[in-house]
Amino acid sequence: MNAEAALAVIRTSPLSGVFVTLLAYKLAVLFNRRCHGHPLSNPVLIGVLLLLAWLLLTGTSYHDYMKGGQFIQMLLGPATVALAVPLYSNLSRLKRAAGPLAISIGLGGLCGIASAVGLAMLFGLPHEVVMSFTTRAVTTPIAMSVSQGVGGIPELSAMFVILSGIFGAVIVKPLFSLMGLADDMVLGVATGVSAHGIGTARVFQLSETAGAFSGLAMGLNGLLTAVLVPLLAPLLH
Amino acid sequence: MIETLLWLVGYQLAGELISKTFSLPLPGPVLGMLLLFITLCLRKSVPDTMKTHVPRFLSHLSLLFIPAGGAVLAYKDLLAGYGWQLLTVLALATVLTLLVPGAALKLLLSRRRAHHHEEQT
Repeated sequence: MNAEAALAVIRTSPLSGVFVTLLAYKLAVLFNRRCHGHPLSNPVLIGVLLLLAWLLLTGTSYHDYMKGGQFIQMLLGPATVALAVPLYSNLSRLKRAAGPLAISIGLGGLCGIASAVGLAMLFGLPHEVVMSFTTRAVTTPIAMSVSQGVGGIPELSAMFVILSGIFGAVIVKPLFSLMGLADDMVLGVATGVSAHGIGTARVFQLSETAGAFSGLAMGLNGLLTAVLVPLLAPLLH
Repeated sequence: MIETLLWLVGYQLAGELISKTFSLPLPGPVLGMLLLFITLCLRKSVPDTMKTHVPRFLSHLSLLFIPAGGAVLAYKDLLAGYGWQLLTVLALATVLTLLVPGAALKLLLSRRRAHHHEEQT
């Protein structure tokens, strides 16, 4: 018997990374059903917590885990492209509301940048942290490249994106019920602007329409933020 | 399934190519989504293979974000270094950015509905 070798397989084999991600997701989905879809039992939140517990218990580094995890993460690309399909199914609603959608996504995008930057400055956070907050509301690949370009810390930006995505996904349904904003399109657009992909995954559980508009808002807000942040960044020096 | 993957990976690849060639600020997958959307509008229908497989694929979107969440472990010192202010900023900014576009869209839609209603009566 070679316990060292066994542990090495568990820690560094790509298979183990793939398996543990799938298992964490499966358990998270079962738990979510058990809780009748309660917002706090969000599959991304529970899945990530289970994964973190596994990494800490087995002493696996994030770098080693990603040898397998990257295969699952790679599917995010095709999944983003796939969002075009539900969006097309909602084409008539999209056309009818084109003006209001453009205005509210534009306003939301500005608010996404201004709220994070403003609050970060209010708390007196260091300049590179403030710049890392500029991209809080957009999908990770945009956030990392834009943040790097304006003097932020790309890894910190990615963390902000992921944490706020999870928080947004958990809070959006109770918040919008409370505020009387229950419409599928409204819910979808707000989620896409503020909580990007993780929020989109959440609202897809609620309705395909909400998911479709969330995907659209995520993409357009990404574009707006990528264009605006480099233009506005010099003002923050 | 294979045909669906050909569509999706093909459009992502096209998006990456265009994004890199013209140094656009949009990443390949987002550009691929816009390109596929335009194609579907021109084609006026969704290919059968995607009608079947895309909803199933998207129902597991949450799975694909779990690996990125694991990165919290790698950057926990960076996060902890700046303390509780970070989490407060994140939470408040997220809530504000949910409410602003949500309220704006609701207001614009209901205004227009009222306007249409007036015209009809």
